Amino acid sequence: MSQTTLAPRDQGAPDYNKMLHPLMAKNYGKWDYHERLRPGVLVHVGESGDKLYTVRAGSPRTMSADTVRKVCAIADKYCEGFLRFTSRSNIEFLVGKKENLDPLIHAVEKELGWPLGGTGPSVSNILHTQGWLHCNLPGSDAAGSVKALMDDLIDDFKNEAFPNRVHISSSCCQINCASHGDISIIVQHHHAPRINHSNMQICELPKVVAICPAAAIRPASINGKETVEVIEEKCMYCGACHGQCPSMEIRDSQTDTLSIWVGGKMSNARSAPTFMKLAVWGIPNNPPRWPEVSVAVKTILKAYKEGGKPWERLGEWIERIGWQRFFEKTGFPFTRYHIDDSPEALSTLNRSAMVRL
Amino acid sequence: MSAKEMALNTPMLNELESGEWPSFVTDLKAYSKKRPVITQLLNQLEESYQNRWNYWQGKIINAPGYGGGIIARVSDKADKYPGLANFHTVRVIEPPGWVYSTDALRNLADISEKNGAGILQFHGMTGDVLLLGFDDAGSLQCAEDLMNAGWDIGGSGAALRTLQCCVGQARCEMACYDTMKVTKHLTDTFIHYLHRPEFVYKFKFKLSGCSNDCSNSIVRSDMPIIGTWRGAMQVNQAKVAEFIDEKGMDYLVNNVLTRCPTRCLSVRGKELVVDHSDCVRCMHCINVMHKALKPGKDRGATILIGGHRTLKIGDTMGSVLVPFIKLETDEDLNNLTDFIEKVWEFWNDNGMDHERVGEFIYRIGMMTFLKGLDIEPDARMICRPRTTSYIKFEELGPSKFDGERQIAI
Repeated sequence: MSQTTLAPRDQGAPDYNKMLHPLMAKNYGKWDYHERLRPGVLVHVGESGDKLYTVRAGSPRTMSADTVRKVCAIADKYCEGFLRFTSRSNIEFLVGKKENLDPLIHAVEKELGWPLGGTGPSVSNILHTQGWLHCNLPGSDAAGSVKALMDDLIDDFKNEAFPNRVHISSSCCQINCASHGDISIIVQHHHAPRINHSNMQICELPKVVAICPAAAIRPASINGKETVEVIEEKCMYCGACHGQCPSMEIRDSQTDTLSIWVGGKMSNARSAPTFMKLAVWGIPNNPPRWPEVSVAVKTILKAYKEGGKPWERLGEWIERIGWQRFFEKTGFPFTRYHIDDSPEALSTLNRSAMVRL
Repeated sequence: MSAKEMALNTPMLNELESGEWPSFVTDLKAYSKKRPVITQLLNQLEESYQNRWNYWQGKIINAPGYGGGIIARVSDKADKYPGLANFHTVRVIEPPGWVYSTDALRNLADISEKNGAGILQFHGMTGDVLLLGFDDAGSLQCAEDLMNAGWDIGGSGAALRTLQCCVGQARCEMACYDTMKVTKHLTDTFIHYLHRPEFVYKFKFKLSGCSNDCSNSIVRSDMPIIGTWRGAMQVNQAKVAEFIDEKGMDYLVNNVLTRCPTRCLSVRGKELVVDHSDCVRCMHCINVMHKALKPGKDRGATILIGGHRTLKIGDTMGSVLVPFIKLETDEDLNNLTDFIEKVWEFWNDNGMDHERVGEFIYRIGMMTFLKGLDIEPDARMICRPRTTSYIKFEELGPSKFDGERQIAI
């Protein structure tokens, strides 16, 4: 090991001016409009008349150093050495010369093997978390389940055939690092944390007690040792304490399941942003390809594609047709668990006589 | 068995090599020939798949002078997979807008490979580049090499977290402020808070150039900063007419006019009539007719407060705190940083341990939050006024402080 002489340097964010494609730098703040030439290919036109082409492809997010170098070699050849990533882990090759477009597309599809798409009203790349590959809390995998699901949605990624864009996220615990989407997949736990009382000395007990949103954890003494106990009736199996203290095991390889949530929307276009809502619960956590998740997601996408009007996001479509009809059209059962019992619950009830009969 | 002799044994992971979507399994398997430790990583991951169980624990390791940015992972199966005994992630602050030169990307690949397993992720959910697979010494050397090359380590713990923003004015005609510049300004100005956790809990910024919110700021950041404009949007009536000629009047009516949330659009002949005073800058009509319509010229941003995902009190959506702020001059940016410090001071003085600012506002009420920050209430902060009639009016009722007995005897 070489000597580490690390001292805090607090250098901050990299200088993005060195990372900009020359046409980005030249037309910075002076773009006029853009068009989608085909799925996965955009052109941005500057007030100067300059045209910058973008080729968007699905990336696996996790890459070896060798794959990164392969990407760089392609960008050097066709992109003047510049590219970017999107907030949904797509890669965007930036092309200044139109004659480079076709050879670049060929290189991305054939040499890298990455599919073009994710633009316009398509299913974009799935946001996901670390999962079993590298997280300390997960009840499922993320990179693998996303790979399996995107295999099944590949045509939806490569074509722009939906009423509007579809954002999917996949998280492997209740913390839900991948957050909201038009469709979101998360792990559900089904029991209170199982406490390893002999290993509680590694945790700060006051913090474990304080973190519980349901006030279900209280200090206790077992065999003369300071520990905590959980009031089962109050616990909502969220796992907040597990993040604070690894001795509060919330997961169970046999009983953890997946649930699918729909109608999350971050954009303000047309309607205000919305949270995702529960659609399907009790889906088995079934590696390596989680086929039951694919079936459920495809069912939702099919109903949305058939029923949504142009520009309606998935949640906007459901709000228009009503949740009763969403459950009819998808065939998923509506159960008592779909009715909210959180502090926000009353605002989610149908407080009117407006009922479809 | 030494790492070099260990064979790949991944029957379940192998099933993730079929299909058209790029497979991280195929990539890492190929790379394991160069980096034997990846064989151990894949074999442990295979055990996770077989047993539906996770074998990573956390621990704490920091570069000297830093209080975060290295996410330490130790394997429960280190006896079997000695290369995973310490196998940490280093978070790296990404270039704003995730723009890269290939020189920069290669540099990250080289540093990652030299000091660790050579696995990179673009990007983590907070925005950082993630470099995976360093032991303790490798983590510190990686941090050193990164800083020597001009990079810096990302945030973790109860600190300012790494910022992220949309591509903004670098490649978007809709961006109402320079998201990359403001992201860099905030990162650099507050880098101390990012590297040394001293908040009650984490604080995230995400910056979007318009209310399409491509950085997903409103529910994923404690302070979403979303581009907007004052006054009229720009309408090019000649291009409106072209749009109608090309797409038809039906399309305009059904997909633009009736989809306006405040019904502020109407049509007269081939002219679009906009009641700008009712426009809420939702961006829908501009998205559909982006050659004919553009944001107005007096641009800035709306600052919201309190977005975060479900733990612990359930989801909180960011809500309006400052309806409009200019973000162009150095003075504008200084105003922004002053304002942020004021918010942080009140939150950190009064927030509880592990309490995100949205949870803090939920507990004390927006009314109290505004008073604590000395911000004038603004009707644009709410959807509707309160319906609950139990109110403590400070201006009314008996005085508590003037020394006189006000209550009836």
